[in-house]
Formats: sequence, C-alpha cells, structure tokens
Amino acid sequence: MVNSVGFKDRVTETIKGKKTRVLFLSLLVIIVALLPLGVNNYIEEVMTNTFFYIILALGLNIVIGYAGLVDLGYAAFFAVGAYTTGILMRYGLNFWLTIPIAVIFCVIAGIIIGGPTLRLRSDYLAIVTLGFGEITRITARNLKVTGGASGLVGIQRPTIFGHKLYQITDFYYTFFILVILAIIVSLRIYHSRLGRAWQYIREDEDAAEAMGIDPVKTKLYAYMIGAAFGGVAGAFFAVKMTAISPETFAFTQSAMILLAVILGGMGKIPGAILGAVFLVFFPEIFREIGQMRMLLFGILLVIIMVFRPQGLWPERKS
Amino acid sequence: MHVMTDFYIIIQQLVNGLILGSFYSLVALGYSMVYGIIKLLNFAHGDIYMVGAFVGFGALGLFGSVLGIGWLGITAALVISMVLVGFLGIVIHRVAYQPLLNKNAPRMSLLITAVGVSFTLFNAVMVMTSGEYKAFTTSLSYDGISVGPLNITYTQIIMVVATAVLMLGLYWFINRTMYGKAMRAIALDQDACRLMGINVTKTISLTFFVGSALAAAAGVMAGVYYGSIHFYMGFIIGLKAFTAAVIGGIGSIPGAMLGGLILGLLETAGTQLPFVGSAWKDVFTFGILILLLVTKPTGILGKSEIERM
Repeated sequence: MVNSVGFKDRVTETIKGKKTRVLFLSLLVIIVALLPLGVNNYIEEVMTNTFFYIILALGLNIVIGYAGLVDLGYAAFFAVGAYTTGILMRYGLNFWLTIPIAVIFCVIAGIIIGGPTLRLRSDYLAIVTLGFGEITRITARNLKVTGGASGLVGIQRPTIFGHKLYQITDFYYTFFILVILAIIVSLRIYHSRLGRAWQYIREDEDAAEAMGIDPVKTKLYAYMIGAAFGGVAGAFFAVKMTAISPETFAFTQSAMILLAVILGGMGKIPGAILGAVFLVFFPEIFREIGQMRMLLFGILLVIIMVFRPQGLWPERKS
Repeated sequence: MHVMTDFYIIIQQLVNGLILGSFYSLVALGYSMVYGIIKLLNFAHGDIYMVGAFVGFGALGLFGSVLGIGWLGITAALVISMVLVGFLGIVIHRVAYQPLLNKNAPRMSLLITAVGVSFTLFNAVMVMTSGEYKAFTTSLSYDGISVGPLNITYTQIIMVVATAVLMLGLYWFINRTMYGKAMRAIALDQDACRLMGINVTKTISLTFFVGSALAAAAGVMAGVYYGSIHFYMGFIIGLKAFTAAVIGGIGSIPGAMLGGLILGLLETAGTQLPFVGSAWKDVFTFGILILLLVTKPTGILGKSEIERM
C-alpha cells in the first residue's frame, strides 16, 4: 500500500525542488537552442521576434514591476537606441561601437524623462511618459538626420569574428544570447541593494524614505536601467530590420510592451517572458482572422484584467 | 495696412483656437469627471469621442433622407449619438471597470483595463470601416460674417454656442440637481455616501453616461466641422484633452472647460510661431503639459493633494 500523503508530499517536493527546476530550465534552454535545426524560417522569425519582445519586456519590467512606476512611452527608448545605431552606422561607425553610445543616449533620455516627472503623481507620470513617447516619434518624423517620415533605410548588417549576421538563424541566436544576458542582469539587479530599494519604495515609499532611501534618485535609476535595455534592443532591432521608420515606435508599440509585462504579472521574470510569448504568438496564431485579432486582443485584455488583475503569473508576496 | 492684416489674422486664429478649444473642453470634461469620482484615468475616453463621431455619421446617414443633412439632421444625429454613446459609457463602466473597483484592484490594473477598452473600441471601428476615412457630408454653407479678409462662418459661431449651451447644462446638472450633488459627494467620500443611502455604482454609471455623451457631442461636431472622420481621430485628442484637464486642474469641472479653451488657443498660437509650425505643434502641446506638471501639477483650478498609486 502506498502512503498517499507521503507520496504526494514527495512528488511536490521533487517538483518544487531546486534540482528539478535547474533540470527543467536547462532542458528548455537546450530545446530553444536546438530549435532552428528542425523548424522552418517562419517559426524562427516568430521566435526571434519573441526574443526581442522578451528583452523589451524585461527592461520595462524593471521600471514597472520592480520600481512600480508607470511608463506608457517605453518605445521612445527603443527608438532612441535604434536611431542612434542607424545614424552612427551611416557615418561609418562599427555596429558594436554604436551599442554603448546607444545605451548612453538612452540613459540620457531616461534622465530627461524621469528627472522632471518622477516627483509627480503616478497617473500623471502615465500621461507624461505617453507624451514623451509621442514627442520622440514626432521628432523622428520631422528631423532630417532621422530620415523624416520614411525613416532610415539600408542599415548595414554587423559582422562578428568575420561572420556577417544576415540570416534569420544568425539573429535567432543573437537575440537568444541577448535574452539570456537580459535575464541574468534582471536577476542580479533584483537581488542587489538597488533592487531591494525599488521593492521597498514600491511597497511603501514613506517608510523607504524614512530608512534613508532617496526615492527620486532610486526611481531615476529604474528609468535609466530600463532605458538601457530598450537601447540595446533598439540597436539590434535596427540591424536586424535594416530599416526603421517613426511609425515603428508609435504608441501601439509601447502599449504592446506594457501589456507583455502586465499580462505576465508585474515584477516577475518568468511572468514578463510569458507575457512576451503570449503577445507575439497570439496575433500569429490568429493571423487568419486578420484585423479582427487586434479587436479580440483588446477584449481579451479586459477579460484578463477583470478576472486576474494581478496578471497571469504574478510575483509571490511573502 | 500691414497692421490691420496682422490684426485680422490674430482674430481669425482666435476663432480657430476657440473652436479647437471647445472640442478639447468637451472631451476634457469627461476625463475630469471620471477622474474626480473614481480616480481613474479613462484611457478609452478619446476613443469614445471617435465612436461618437461615427455614430453621428451613421445616424445622419440613416435619417438624413428624412431630416436633411442641414442643421435639423445634424442636431438629430448629435442627440442620437450622445444618448447611444452615453449608454456605451455605462456598459464600459459596468463591464470593464466596476468589477475591478469592487475587488479594490490596484490602480495600475484599472489603467491597463482602460488601455484594453481603448484597443477594443479603436479596432472595432477600424474593422467596421475597413480603416477608411469617411466624408462627413453636410449641406452647411460657408456663409458668415465677413469683415475685410476676416471670415467667421455661422457654423463656427453655432459650434461655440452649442458648446457653451452643453457646458452650462452640465454646470446646472452638477450644481443644481440631486444627481450632481451625489456625484460631488462621491468624489469626496465614497464610504460615507454609501452610508447615506446613495447608490454609488449607479452614480458612477451616470458620470460615465454624461462624460461619454459630451465626448460624443464633441465627436459629431468635429466631424461636421472638419468634414471627415477616421478611426484614429480619438488617440491624439484623448492626449490633448487630458492635457487640457491637467491645465485646468484635474477633477475640476470649470477647470476642464478653461483648460480646453486655453490649450486650443495656445496650440493655434503655437502654429503661428517660428520654429513650431504645424509639424511641431503636438510637441509644443506636450511641452506645455510637461512644463506645467513640473511647475504647477495641480493645474489652475485644482486642489492640491498628494496621492500615490
């Protein structure tokens, strides 16, 4: 006779155990790493797109999930990154050198956006970030250096160790590596002194302030680091697409990234990944119904929020 | 002579600004009322304005053959659109927002739900109209009062008067009726209202009805005035109207009216400035918003309070 209680306990213990988790994760990484061997270009393209949104979602997760700040204009950072790389490469700079410059520009943009607004009420912050997103897009459309309404075209493909990245499989692995880096950075930050300060502020700003945490400065770091993620993603986006236009960075784009974070559950890395996967796969699966899918998407979003306002896979509060 | 021409241009721009400001004010009122009562940034409000324009367009198409496409037909379309879109506002409140309010969900969830509602309305209209521009055909003439090169059409005058009538009506409703009193009371203290026997949910629904109806009125009037409508028209005006509401002091009804007019005038003036022009006018508006939020976040007529999400 099997002792059912003991058996159940043992099973849950095995499932929740660290060993199982490591095994499961490594299996997942191996499957994803080997995927291009067995699937067609379409799946690879969708997966690459998913990776891209995972990076953006992880970046925005730092702002929204960790620090609890609203940002409805995240596409602006991603735009600054993409345009910086695009423009500098036009002047002959090596792609890999443009990345740190793109990151610096994004961090500056984060300071410009965050600096004056972080003292505001949070719903004002929502509209100001939205406004900044629009300003970025309109500026890109009006300036000569950004190519006006038609944007930048013919951005060169980068080379690494003499190998030119141009096939979809190349970008699949490039973005896959970036996702892993983004996850590691996210995890490290979450458990750092700064990460704990963000969570503290998010839960109780007054108490955090009383403990000697400077809320404005700490929040500003969240914007800066979130912006840096957007910048890196934007730089790689520019070379993958070889063409960028202002409309790529419209509000819908910011809304999409935001939805990935919120759907998955704020503050949790697997949540943000799940959200991004859902976000890319949903329109792909329902490609046949055409424009109806966005309508369905809106309705679904409301339904999810009404029944699970904390997201699909929220952070466990201890 | 040159001075006179400048003078005429200023007057003409003033009129243009006033009309633009009227639309902003009407939309800003809905933003401000809903924000005042449940502290929700109703992101879908701009799209409600857009739906209002399309419902008015449909109503004019249906009844235009009977009532004509002159002022009579337009007024009928305006009223029909206001009522129908008002009910749409109630449906949105009951289906999307009230369940979250009941659960005491975080404000962020409410904001996201509002983004979802906005997406739904926006895409529903896009699918139904195949994303095309619709010509809002009316038989209104360009007759008006002309002084020199200055021309103020009767349409423009009627627009401003109609806005003023709607606003006075709202002012009366908020300040002189029991319903208005209930709304003001809920904005102050929901729990106390419940204890006093006010049906809070119903009153919030009523607020949504009134706010949405005003936005619909603005949508129909904008359709008539500009002559064409499309599914994307709600997004930017939603942003602008929010800016207007913040300028006036969010939650304040006279503030929203004033803020809309100020924004309309500023924006029209902005297009005349060197280095701004029409390409940069939205940047100019958001610049004003950010400057204002940094220097005086409570707006012109708003109360100061510190809140966190």
